[in-house]
Amino acid sequence: MAENIIFYGSSIALAAIGLLIALTRRNLIKIIIGLDLMETGVNMFLISIGYRRGGTAPIFDIPLSKAVDPVPQALVLTAIVIGVAVTALALTFAVRIHEKYGTLDISKLREMKW
Amino acid sequence: MIKKAFLILLVAFTGYVFFVAASARPFGSPRVVVSKRYLEKGLNETGSQNIVTSVVVLYRGFDTLGEVTVLFLAATALAALISGFPFERKERTEPSLVMSTASRYLFPLILLFGAYIFVHGHLTPGGGFPGGVVIASGFLLMFLAFRKYRVSEGGLIVTEGLAGFFYVLIGLIGLYLLGSFLASFLPPGRLHTLLSGGIIPLIYILIGFKVGSEMTGILRSLKGEDENG
Repeated sequence: MAENIIFYGSSIALAAIGLLIALTRRNLIKIIIGLDLMETGVNMFLISIGYRRGGTAPIFDIPLSKAVDPVPQALVLTAIVIGVAVTALALTFAVRIHEKYGTLDISKLREMKW
Repeated sequence: MIKKAFLILLVAFTGYVFFVAASARPFGSPRVVVSKRYLEKGLNETGSQNIVTSVVVLYRGFDTLGEVTVLFLAATALAALISGFPFERKERTEPSLVMSTASRYLFPLILLFGAYIFVHGHLTPGGGFPGGVVIASGFLLMFLAFRKYRVSEGGLIVTEGLAGFFYVLIGLIGLYLLGSFLASFLPPGRLHTLLSGGIIPLIYILIGFKVGSEMTGILRSLKGEDENG
């Protein structure tokens, strides 16, 4: 029961913190950090879905019953790589925006107002 | 005020979505059908000791090809966005002798370790993606240690292009011989040894080269290679 709260709770908390940061901060870099935290929370959540008590990595020098679920791990492997690519791209956008407008504060970018 | 209300609502809604997902699959509940099948038959079907690898490269191989493509697109978009950016450097000092000497000796070892990770992707944790990133981290070390260190753009493009080309080619050979794209046309080999897993080592070596060159390309563009600084 304790693992339940630790793994699910911390991953949900991480995602919520990331979402809060992404929504409330005005600095573009901090927004990107928030998105990254959110992604980490989701990845942790997916990994902990495959949890088994006393289990270990699904590599076969162990008995079958001890292997954790391999599918979420494969999914998260994909998600991490995509996440790195997206973060690098987002940071490049931030660099370009800073070059054009001289600020990273999104409230000062008048074109983004609605 | 209305902004704050929206904020609280959105965060609460996200929490609710997570909660529903968590209660739909309680913690540590028995495996679903698909992963049970992978675990029971994966070793004999693919010959790969690491089941995650066989899921990534063979069972969901098409998805991995798409993932590599996304990485390629992001790297290309990054290079297109950043090109011509006027990088200015304030620090003009050279790194210290200790740093540059240590990096010169560490660099080949890091490359070797990256190669080890992607060659043994079907036996140990790791594989093409982490291996490629380790290799790129070796190049990052060189970028940091030597301000004059250059990586030729042509070399990166050729490595990346050839790796992607052979990846698709292996998939097409599988289509021709066994009737499905990315099918494992090589025998599973002797289990638990380096020469096992059918086409998994081949594909992971290609992915390792591809990811390594893409990540190095990203680092290279973010460093501002074209400036003479």
